[in-house]
Amino acid sequence: MKLNKKVLALLVLGGLSVSGNSMAGTASAEALANTCAGCHGIDGSSTGPAIPSIAEMSAEYFNEAMLDYQTKDGRYNTIMTRIAKGYSEEEIKLMADYFAKKKMARYVQKFDAEQAKAGKELHDKYCEKCHEDGGRSAEDDAGILAGQWTTYLHYTMDDYIEGRREMTKKMKKKVKKAMKADADAMSKLINYYGSQN
Amino acid sequence: MSGISRRNFIQLTGGAAAVSTLGVSNILMAGKGAGHVVIIGGGIGGATAAHYIKRADPKVQVTIIEPKKDYFTGFMSNEVLNGHRTMDQIKFGYKGLESRGIKIVHDYATNIDAKAKKVATKANGNIAYDRCIVSPGVDFKWEMYEGLDAKISAEKIPHAWNAGPQTILLRKQLEAMKDGGTVIIAAPPNPFRCPPGPYERSCQIADYLKQHKPKSKILILDAKDKFSKQGLFTQGWERHYGYGTDNSMIEWVKGAEGGIIEGVDAKTSTVIGNVDEYKGDVVNIIPAQKAGKIAFASGLTNDKGWCPVNQKTFESTLHKDVYVIGDASVASPMPKSAYAANSQAKVCASAVVASLHGKKAGIPTLVNTCYSILAPKDGISVAMVYNFDGKKIQKVKGSGGLTPMDSSPEMRAREVQYAYSWFNNVTADAFGARSSI
Ligand SMILES: Cc1cc2nc3c(=O)[nH]c(=O)nc-3n(C[C@H](O)[C@H](O)[C@H](O)COP(=O)(O)OP(=O)(O)OC[C@H]3O[C@@H](n4cnc5c(N)ncnc54)[C@H](O)[C@@H]3O)c2cc1C
Ligand code: HEC
Ligand code: HEC
Repeated sequence: MKLNKKVLALLVLGGLSVSGNSMAGTASAEALANTCAGCHGIDGSSTGPAIPSIAEMSAEYFNEAMLDYQTKDGRYNTIMTRIAKGYSEEEIKLMADYFAKKKMARYVQKFDAEQAKAGKELHDKYCEKCHEDGGRSAEDDAGILAGQWTTYLHYTMDDYIEGRREMTKKMKKKVKKAMKADADAMSKLINYYGSQN
Repeated sequence: MSGISRRNFIQLTGGAAAVSTLGVSNILMAGKGAGHVVIIGGGIGGATAAHYIKRADPKVQVTIIEPKKDYFTGFMSNEVLNGHRTMDQIKFGYKGLESRGIKIVHDYATNIDAKAKKVATKANGNIAYDRCIVSPGVDFKWEMYEGLDAKISAEKIPHAWNAGPQTILLRKQLEAMKDGGTVIIAAPPNPFRCPPGPYERSCQIADYLKQHKPKSKILILDAKDKFSKQGLFTQGWERHYGYGTDNSMIEWVKGAEGGIIEGVDAKTSTVIGNVDEYKGDVVNIIPAQKAGKIAFASGLTNDKGWCPVNQKTFESTLHKDVYVIGDASVASPMPKSAYAANSQAKVCASAVVASLHGKKAGIPTLVNTCYSILAPKDGISVAMVYNFDGKKIQKVKGSGGLTPMDSSPEMRAREVQYAYSWFNNVTADAFGARSSI
């Protein structure tokens, strides 16, 4: 299922890169990445309150996110489809490697300490396996959760739960379990991620 | 000296010699090392260019000439009009840029001598440069309107199209207006700064009136027959402000139907259209626009009043080593917006640093986005990715476009939060994060 989607995305991309690429050649990774800073922050570290940071995320996760945005009926979003369709596969790869090497700056966010504490327990039990180091790690190509803007995390979890964004089977199972164990699990988890700076 | 070509070195020393004979103050001499870039205008374009030159090569000396101690962003200034934002929240100082090693001279540039490579200023004499970047924003074509000039605009009929004192004046006028009054917004002909701006303004003002003066009306007199994001704005007006019903708060008059204006009688607040006269209680005339004054004084403009540039580097096609970015430049198909100015500044900064090192400019890539807020939880956007076809900037096929007409209330609420994030990030990119200001 996941593979199919990727192949499809590659096909879409292949078509795009013909029209998308200028005759003048490819811009540098830095030049490409700099155009994102107006929305995602300098070198991909957003100052919030809602646009996510994209610094430090794994190249694999970044590539998949961009391909998914390009795919018709791909990942649910407000604006990224319109942006992502402007880039060839090669350009996306260049940016992926560029942002993966940038440190993500984490800002102090408002959070509820009690909820965050409960969130840590839930995280350790249901999420840590793939979102290591309390969600700080970019390993496992699962995106960075710790210190990500909580407004974005709320939107994203809503999308997952409402089925607007596809979860991997294994994550879906864990999310379901966490919610069964605690109806307020998502809010607690997000408070935990927001508490880390 | 590292990385500098022999030719540049000669130019630099030559520049310094010229400086001493002309009596330019020494603090402002052409720089040693990688060269001296003088930037005219510390707005969104100039500030971003300064930042990205320093990022590319900290050895390059960068001086910004900007008269104002604080910059007020035009973007989000419409939120001051409905009271959702304070002036302080759109105010940015220059400490953040100074801490990036950039020199700020609070002065006004009066002329660029492109042959002698120096900028004349009001109070600091001549400032020599190796490369000059010009980002002065827009000026207004007062001559098109009888009874209107800079003074009347500052005192009675604000344009509020450079955020600052006029934003405050317009807000005060709205606050003082009686319930049942009429607000006139005259929208300018193309091309102008921020194409969706006048219509976003109508929404913000309507939002204020709806809460506080619900019997009031807004009359938009438009020089054009159609405008940016028109479908989405019309939908927004319908959704929130009764547009299309007998009770509509907003009325839009297109150019072909009497929207074109020819002047104003400031005493009676009467706008003189080419067909009718319209009496308002608050009158906001956004005049037709052209490049900032310095561009005219320095011979950087074409017959339409804007600055033609090599779209790969933003170097003026009229003067060597002078670059023009932002609203003043001809960067079509890009619109005149803050995101565009920010994006162009990075392309230009990279080209300027390359040229100081005797290298060829890299391949440009650009983005534009404009968010508009229709109501507190209702935002829309337009976006586009651009590349370079070897001769000029072009839209990347398949990219960009508008918020879909059928996007859900949930998505539109998100767009407002994303618009606020954009504001925070683009201003941090230009001026430094708020905490460091
Ligand atoms: C109401 C409104 C809403 C807007 N909304 C948006 C939006 O949502 N999104 C968006 O992308 N854009 C928006 N914009 C447009 C945006 O503000 C401009 O496009 C942007 O500021 C252009 O940048 P610039 O550097 O060209 O000019 P500016 O930012 O205007 O900077 C020019 C600077 O140069 C200085 N200057 C001028 N002449 C001289 C001189 N001779 N010597 C020294 N200094 C000089 C000025 O003092 C000024 O600080 C909006 C504008 C308005 C008015
Ligand atoms: C106009 C603002 C804007 C611009 C410009 C923009 N983005 Fe985004 N980006 C967003 C928003 C908003 C989201 C959240 C998804 C959505 O609603 O579109 C997002 C999400 C993303 C994500 C997913 C993050 C995650 O955690 O999964 C990636 C990756 C991304 N953007 C990459 C980029 C790159 C690369 C660029 C530059 C080429 C870019 N964006 C330019 C606004 C922007
Ligand atoms: C089996 C591994 C796995 C588990 C367990 C898991 N996830 Fe994920 N998660 C992933 C992967 C892989 C992705 C990226 C794929 C995608 O785009 O959906 C992801 C993505 C996410 C994202 C999106 C990040 C972004 O930037 O958009 C969030 C939020 C998230 N997970 C939260 C959770 C939470 C909360 C839990 C625990 C309840 C959890 N995950 C458990 C594998 C897992």
